[in-house]
Amino acid sequence: MQPMEIVLAKYNYWIYVLLMMIGLYAMLSKNNLVKKIIGMSVFQAAIMVFYVSIGAKQGATIPIIEDDPITGHIHEAAAQTINAMHYVNPLPHVLMLTAIVVSVSTLGVALAIIIGIHKQYGTIEEDEILEQIR
Amino acid sequence: MNTIVSIKPLFAILVSLLAVIPIVFSRSSPNLREFWTFAAGIIKFSIVASMIPTILDGSLIEYTLAEVLPGIAIKFRVDSLGLLFALVASGLWIVTSAYSVGYMRGLKEHSQTRYFSFFALALSATIGVAFSANLLTLYLFYEMLSLATYPLVTHHQDTEARSSGRKYLTYILGTSIAFVLPAMLITYNLSGTLEFSNQGFFTAEAAPKTTIAALLVIFVFGFAKAGIMPFHSWLPAAMVAPTPVSALLHAVAVVKVGVFSIFRVVTGVFGVDLLQSLDLGTVLAYVASFTIIMASLIALSQDSLKRRLAFSTIGQLSYIVLGAALLSPKSMTGGMMHIGMHAFGKITLFFCAGAIFVATGKKNISEMVGIGRRMPITMFAFFIGSLSVIGLPPTGGFLSKWYLVLGTIEADQLPMLFVLLGSSLLNAAYFFPIFYKAFFCTTEESLFENRMNEAPAWCIAPLVLTSAVSILLFFYPQPFLGLAGLAVQNITGG
Amino acid sequence: MTPSEQLPILLVITPLLFTLAVSIAGWFNRKICYPITIITLSASLYISVALLLQVVKNGEIHYHLGGWQPPFGIEYVVDHLNALVLVVISFVALVSAVYSKESVKQELPDKIPQFYTLYLMLVTGLLGMTVTGDAFNLYVLIEISAITTYALIAIGKDRALISSFNYVIMGTMGACFYLLGVGHLYIMTGSLNMMDLYKILPPLYSSHAIFVSFILILVGLWAKMAFFPLHEWLPNAYTYAPSAASCLIAPLMTKVSIYVMIRIMFSIFSPAFVFEAFTAHNIIIWMAAAAIAGGSILALAQTDFKKILTYMIVAEVGYMVGGVWLANRLGITGAVLHILNDALMTLCLFLAAGIIVYKTKGHKLENLRGLYRKMPVTMGAFTVGALSMIGVPPTAGFFSKWYLISGAIDAGHWGFMAALIFSSLVNAVLFFRMIEVGYFEPFRDNQEEHDHNTALSPKIDEAPLSMLAPLVIVSISLIVVGIYTGDIVDSIIRFTVPAGI
Repeated sequence: MQPMEIVLAKYNYWIYVLLMMIGLYAMLSKNNLVKKIIGMSVFQAAIMVFYVSIGAKQGATIPIIEDDPITGHIHEAAAQTINAMHYVNPLPHVLMLTAIVVSVSTLGVALAIIIGIHKQYGTIEEDEILEQIR
Repeated sequence: MNTIVSIKPLFAILVSLLAVIPIVFSRSSPNLREFWTFAAGIIKFSIVASMIPTILDGSLIEYTLAEVLPGIAIKFRVDSLGLLFALVASGLWIVTSAYSVGYMRGLKEHSQTRYFSFFALALSATIGVAFSANLLTLYLFYEMLSLATYPLVTHHQDTEARSSGRKYLTYILGTSIAFVLPAMLITYNLSGTLEFSNQGFFTAEAAPKTTIAALLVIFVFGFAKAGIMPFHSWLPAAMVAPTPVSALLHAVAVVKVGVFSIFRVVTGVFGVDLLQSLDLGTVLAYVASFTIIMASLIALSQDSLKRRLAFSTIGQLSYIVLGAALLSPKSMTGGMMHIGMHAFGKITLFFCAGAIFVATGKKNISEMVGIGRRMPITMFAFFIGSLSVIGLPPTGGFLSKWYLVLGTIEADQLPMLFVLLGSSLLNAAYFFPIFYKAFFCTTEESLFENRMNEAPAWCIAPLVLTSAVSILLFFYPQPFLGLAGLAVQNITGG
Repeated sequence: MTPSEQLPILLVITPLLFTLAVSIAGWFNRKICYPITIITLSASLYISVALLLQVVKNGEIHYHLGGWQPPFGIEYVVDHLNALVLVVISFVALVSAVYSKESVKQELPDKIPQFYTLYLMLVTGLLGMTVTGDAFNLYVLIEISAITTYALIAIGKDRALISSFNYVIMGTMGACFYLLGVGHLYIMTGSLNMMDLYKILPPLYSSHAIFVSFILILVGLWAKMAFFPLHEWLPNAYTYAPSAASCLIAPLMTKVSIYVMIRIMFSIFSPAFVFEAFTAHNIIIWMAAAAIAGGSILALAQTDFKKILTYMIVAEVGYMVGGVWLANRLGITGAVLHILNDALMTLCLFLAAGIIVYKTKGHKLENLRGLYRKMPVTMGAFTVGALSMIGVPPTAGFFSKWYLISGAIDAGHWGFMAALIFSSLVNAVLFFRMIEVGYFEPFRDNQEEHDHNTALSPKIDEAPLSMLAPLVIVSISLIVVGIYTGDIVDSIIRFTVPAGI
């Protein structure tokens, strides 16, 4: 495979890697605590993108079994027509619902801590806080 | 040889451990508190003594507490060597307790409850070492002893006590963690057991010669309580402790635990045959003789009486190690007997040093000119004690040294013979001037009035007793000689 | 189904529901928060002991949440390894809850309901992490315990907020790495159930994706357990947390993370992958040795006794990680045993530290001055904990160290053995530095006046019984566990070593 093809064929992965790096960079090297938190959220979002993208399929539909338009019964028709190939995998998406809840809670706690830090030190710049601690 | 399962050894250990509880609770009434110490001491001694006939019959007493690691239990076994040591330690505890009462009250020391509690704890650990059936149990009580004696060594709680305490722990705890623990684990890894046996459990096939030699050396230096140079300097430092502590712990219990452990490792772990076939005993013998000579030389230059005694102890301990290292029956008998003989002699000397301090406040030898006029009983006991340590008749010390000398000939190690004789001369050189100056000096030279003014009776009685026993042991060396002979018989399989 | 079959879920549900109860009750009467917590945690302890006994008697327990068959539903699995960890968690939680009463009253008088809500939530998270048999469920529970920990630390004083913030960053990063690793596993296998993964994975062991996922999970967990050099967040966070919170967090968080690492190594992957296909185990043992040495050396530089203890935790993490990766029976036994022992030792030391903070209002070394006289019971128990940390028999710490060192000898890994011995020596130095301050200072240097018995020594001034009793119980348990090591290893830990080692 050509290098270009590798990038294009797995573009979803490249996007998540890129997002992750942006997030990681912000978390580790930004001086402003809120910016760190933004980085953290980007990082988490990157992983969500990763998960959601692995469940997606081209041309597939949502995994809800429709009623048979003629008989109105589900089962008989469904038994013949269900083919996993036609549906996107719902599990990663569902997992990400939980992950979103987790990340929102983390964000909430982190922001609350930042408010506390602001009250205590009067600033949210890390170097200024460190100066005060010394 | 039949083995009797009995809980006696455990009781002998627990008595003083449990005595800590009533001691702490009766802290407001000193007399009651000291009663508990004596009660525990007497019970302990009687339990230990009650085992003598069984052991002399050639039986062993065993008791297993719990199997803590696969194949290794916390287990006690009373054999003749262990019993000999336990007998000395528990017997002298009673005497020392009496002396402690006189000394501590005479000086109005603080925290006497703590003092007596940890003393009892230290004795439990000592007896535990004596009765250990395997290396792990021995290590357990060895460590317990190091820690229990720390508050005793640092009793004064001043800056000097702290720095000495640091040195004490650095040497004793440091070596046991850094040397003994890994050596023990490697031994276990190589041989699959830690249980002492008469001929040793280590076989020549288990490991190459260099490994065995390295392990032996690590063990010997690891048991720093034995004071083998260069791991000896904790002992002079520990002399900041109150004198009864120096007397019982640093002339008998702690240091003898060190040499006892070395004895056990040499005979019970490696075994005489193995060491003989690899010729490792000689290496050990040279290490020991170096310490003997060096310690005696350093002792000559010490002015502080207790420090001089400490260096003397370092030298004498290596006699015992030398006895083990020569690997001959006579020398081992001598080494084992020396555990007891030296104990009585040296404890007398420390008691005297303490009595002098209580009565006059003097610590240095140069300040003791003419002290025989003021404290004739003490100084006479001192004389007997030094005879025993030097190894002159009519004291017990002569017998053990005699056996050691015979051992050097038996082992065909003439250099060691000269070491022993030279060291005796040096011993004499650092002891004789003390009591010579104490008694024979002109009235102008004397720093003391010509009027008898001894230390309190509680201090004097114990030292009179121990010096009398030193003489008695010359005429009736029986329990010690019998036990040592039996132990050697078992070790050599003869 | 009888109630005894429902124990695995009851174990997690009980504290979860009572978390709610505590927070509601707090609106009406903040005095009942404490008794509710105690009752809940007693129930947890009862359940986890019952589970342990069931496992010892009948072997592994599998519980299917909502009756859904694995791999579709979430499965809870209790085997010898996590039954032991469950007992440790609920015991530590109960003991430090009992202890927390006075300490919380003093340090957080206006946040009592919040404290106990978070406390129970954290216990829920930890129990869940331990009992779950599902890789994604594990992530959620890791985050539940992490988020509550952030909050618990943040309600402390001084530098608590900024330390907690650093922990948030590190912790989230760790959890994200873990999640990413699980994502890779899911791509490759389509399953999240641990047992199922264990069955599916072997043919894929040579795959790069699996390799990467394993590394991601490991790094994530290492950040969570403060494995050197990812330890930076831990010392400050644990030092400035409220005493009662650090008594719960310090003994448990790192230990449960190590449990999770063991679980993933042997229940998702297998020794065949971890020790053979994945060739890095020698490097990891060296990292563990570095963790031990690094933690010990950093501890030497501190002047704050609580911080010294936290650096020791960093070193202890190295013990356990190294022990597991030694890849032999002795090492793994030692590591699992050390989870139990270290939890107890750390608890003992932090309880004592908490009492000292309660009484002296500080955690600098000089706060220890003269405490042996003033608080003999506290300092006595502290000494027992210290001896266990140093590894003096018959305390528990000696025996796990014994297994770990034997494992190192068996594996021929002398570097790790040297690190263990070195750390014992450093611990001895550190603790005796503390003991010296407590015992010698203030100095009594005037030799002539020996009988200052009453003048110099202040009266005994101990902490309330509700703080002392837990401390004494834990310090005694250190010795009891030490003496019964043989039985514990024989009836429980023996079964935690995976087959084929």
